[in-house]
Amino acid sequence: MKLIYTDSLVVGAGLAGLRVAIASKERGLDTLVLSLIPAKRSHSAAAQGGMQASLGNTVKGMGDDEDIHFQDTVKGSDWGCDQDVARMFAHCAPKAVRELANWGVPWTRITEGPRQVVVNAEKVTIEEAKEAHGLINARDFGGTKKWRTCYTADGTGHSLLYAVDNKAISMDIPVHERVEALAIIHDGKRCHGVVARCLVTGELRAYIGKSTTIATGGYGRIYEVSTNAIICEGIGQALALETGVAKLGNMEAVQFHPTAIVPVGILTTEGCRGDGGLLRDKDGHRFMPDYEPEKKELASRDVVSRRMTEHMRKGKGVDSPYGPHLWLDITLLGRKHVETNLREVKEICENFLGIDPAKEWIPVRPTQHYSMGGIRTDKTGQNPQLKGLFSVGEAACWDMHGFNRLGGNSLAETVVGGMIIGKYVADFCQENSLEIDTNLAESFVDKVRDEIDDLIEGGGTESPFVLRKEMQRIMMDYVGIFRNGIELDKAVSELQGLLERSRDIGLKCSKRHANPELVEALRVKRMIKVALTVACGAAARTESRGAHAREDFPQRNDKDWLNRTLSSWPDENALSPELSYEQLDVMKMELPPGYRGYGIDNAITHPDTEKREQEIADIISELGEDADRYQRQNAIMPYEVPKALQPKNERLSDNLTESGECVEKVGETVE
Amino acid sequence: MSQIETKGRTLTFNIFRYDPQEVGDKPKMVKYQIEETPGMTVFITLNMLREHQDTSLQFDFVCRAGICGSCAMVINGFPTLACRTLTKNYPKGEITLMPLPGFELIGDLSVNTGKFMRELAERLKLWLHPMSEDADVHRLEIPMSPQEAAKLYELERCVECGVCVSACATKQMRETFVGAVGMMKLARFELDSRDSRSTEDFYHVIGNQDGVFGCMTLLGCQDNCPKDLPHMQQIAYLRRKMAMAQF
Repeated sequence: MKLIYTDSLVVGAGLAGLRVAIASKERGLDTLVLSLIPAKRSHSAAAQGGMQASLGNTVKGMGDDEDIHFQDTVKGSDWGCDQDVARMFAHCAPKAVRELANWGVPWTRITEGPRQVVVNAEKVTIEEAKEAHGLINARDFGGTKKWRTCYTADGTGHSLLYAVDNKAISMDIPVHERVEALAIIHDGKRCHGVVARCLVTGELRAYIGKSTTIATGGYGRIYEVSTNAIICEGIGQALALETGVAKLGNMEAVQFHPTAIVPVGILTTEGCRGDGGLLRDKDGHRFMPDYEPEKKELASRDVVSRRMTEHMRKGKGVDSPYGPHLWLDITLLGRKHVETNLREVKEICENFLGIDPAKEWIPVRPTQHYSMGGIRTDKTGQNPQLKGLFSVGEAACWDMHGFNRLGGNSLAETVVGGMIIGKYVADFCQENSLEIDTNLAESFVDKVRDEIDDLIEGGGTESPFVLRKEMQRIMMDYVGIFRNGIELDKAVSELQGLLERSRDIGLKCSKRHANPELVEALRVKRMIKVALTVACGAAARTESRGAHAREDFPQRNDKDWLNRTLSSWPDENALSPELSYEQLDVMKMELPPGYRGYGIDNAITHPDTEKREQEIADIISELGEDADRYQRQNAIMPYEVPKALQPKNERLSDNLTESGECVEKVGETVE
Repeated sequence: MSQIETKGRTLTFNIFRYDPQEVGDKPKMVKYQIEETPGMTVFITLNMLREHQDTSLQFDFVCRAGICGSCAMVINGFPTLACRTLTKNYPKGEITLMPLPGFELIGDLSVNTGKFMRELAERLKLWLHPMSEDADVHRLEIPMSPQEAAKLYELERCVECGVCVSACATKQMRETFVGAVGMMKLARFELDSRDSRSTEDFYHVIGNQDGVFGCMTLLGCQDNCPKDLPHMQQIAYLRRKMAMAQF
């Protein structure tokens, strides 16, 4: 058995994983990253639109701050998020943006003076302040009160990933490429590392670390049509699940993005609508104002996706061989804008649709996009069940997104989460010693080896490719945008049938080294379990919250369901996960559950809401009028971030209003 | 339109097969036939071939959307991204797939571009060398000209697919040549006002036959780059900079 040990082991070389690795290395720790592919190919590269951070540089972002970013995030989550985490995140996002500028990201910058933008289908002239010239720009995104999404044209993920990977290379952080983690080594209480297989040679290795951070992204590929890269298969979540101990959070919270192209499901950024693009139906009618007169195309993603589906169900979709779709119209933005700020979108339209989006409408429909659920962690990113197991980014349920993520908050989560959790990971590595139990490691390696032997020599008859297709169809048909009990039950029982069949996979190609069929088989067995956590969680949750929309339970039920679904798989022979629930405490919230701002307010209220609102009103009046927003916030809901990240964020408005009343002191520590 | 034209056509794929790890295996071309479907790409085809005809077929894809650069291969003689190559663009219905030359072969159509790019980055130090290490992330960012930021982004769009390397005659003859990808990245940092390296620093890295003075200007990099990057312009720019450098 080949044993490789390090201090900080990171699985996944996307933005979140690399950022944690950098934080470890900065502390002088031995750091090692495992990746299926070269780091710069990670799915983070596909993020187009941008990253939210309340810099407040632009005229449309003026007045923005952590409080507003926090409120938007909590509302966007449909009150499903961890408000402490949302606070930690909103506080550190501007720091992450500025850090990335220092690492080389060429953020799109502000040009002073007037410029024309499209707002609500009309050309409007806005004037940027002289003082803002050269500072980082921001565009509009859905569900936010201010223009807050920092960007580099529509290749933000690419720019960020390249800068962060370059930083990692400059720090000499090794990335073991073409290596796939297949099991977490643990003793039921403590995580010791992973068993991984080299995808080129087939070699099995035990990687042992003081800390193990899973940053493997989401599980979009359990669905048939997804905007995700084909490597986003939920294996990180599956590994945690297969420990039998670690729990996953809110797996049923799966977001559909409104505008993926038909039929292949490649994303066109929310920036298209943020910059002024419109949605049209088969008659060319702009329908979103009919449903959401206030927010229109820029309502939250889950809302727009549902409205589009509703509209197509009314027969207003455009017929195509792949089913109905709608149109995304960015022609009104003008060619120059499309060719500069939306050029990736333009390339995708040209290459996959053969159309020119500056002249023609883009065929789109809602498509699986983001996994809010993942490996449950505490605020420091550590899994509560397995000490030393951390998770970050889309792989995790750190839970700043709750049941619906706002656009621009995922790219932000990767680097902000990585920045914060990276420090906690480094702390953990410094506070704990390396425990190497070679017998334990060997037992996990043996188990994976037996699994591979069984696939190659066991005489099974099932095809991994067939099982995958079946699973993806079930998820698409029964666990989609709108859900109901009958279909969800069907999904659960059909997936259970697949899980049983997956125990009888047999391979045609018997190579033990590079063997794509073996890779597929090892993955699909795990993916079906992940799919079951989604379907079972959705079947059990008899309410509608964020992206989880039950036709048979249309109300958001704060009284019974203000909680987080936890799934675990203690009995490896079982056909379903075990579900339990973690309550959210209204009495500790800064922002008690309220109306989210879409459609009719039909929520079933929580009995504590009123009580907490009164308590907050009392705290504020007790503080008096002299208290600033930091003091108010701290009195309502104190939160912690690592010391180095505690200083306040400076904003342009601090300087602009030198003689005004809103001057905020910079550089003080948040208590 | 094209959907009707192409439906049901039988495509012939000639695919390079070789497993360097299989003792005794020899490189060969293998013929596969498959029925074309509307909107079919090489990505779709290869997956169907693997699922239905040969489960051992090796190839790389990640984003399948022209964003990540994983799937570069030589298609009918031209290096390009396979994910966004539509089969309908080949009227004869015959498509030959070869792995990118100039990289370590992993197997069949899969080559190790990642290893190459990491080594190149380490060799040329392809990261920002900041003017000052103590920029404060809590304070307002340092302003930057909007034009400069836009220009940097334009040069930064490289996806490290390896097409320019495989399309470069100099690179094929001279192993140590840094290729268009290396020079494009250096040009990007050379232009960045936040980078502390001087012309002299860049001269030491690329002011030689392995760098700007080795390029034969055959334009393979620029002609084939899937991101339409202005490689020749950047090489010419660097060359002029290097030629004018006074130490």
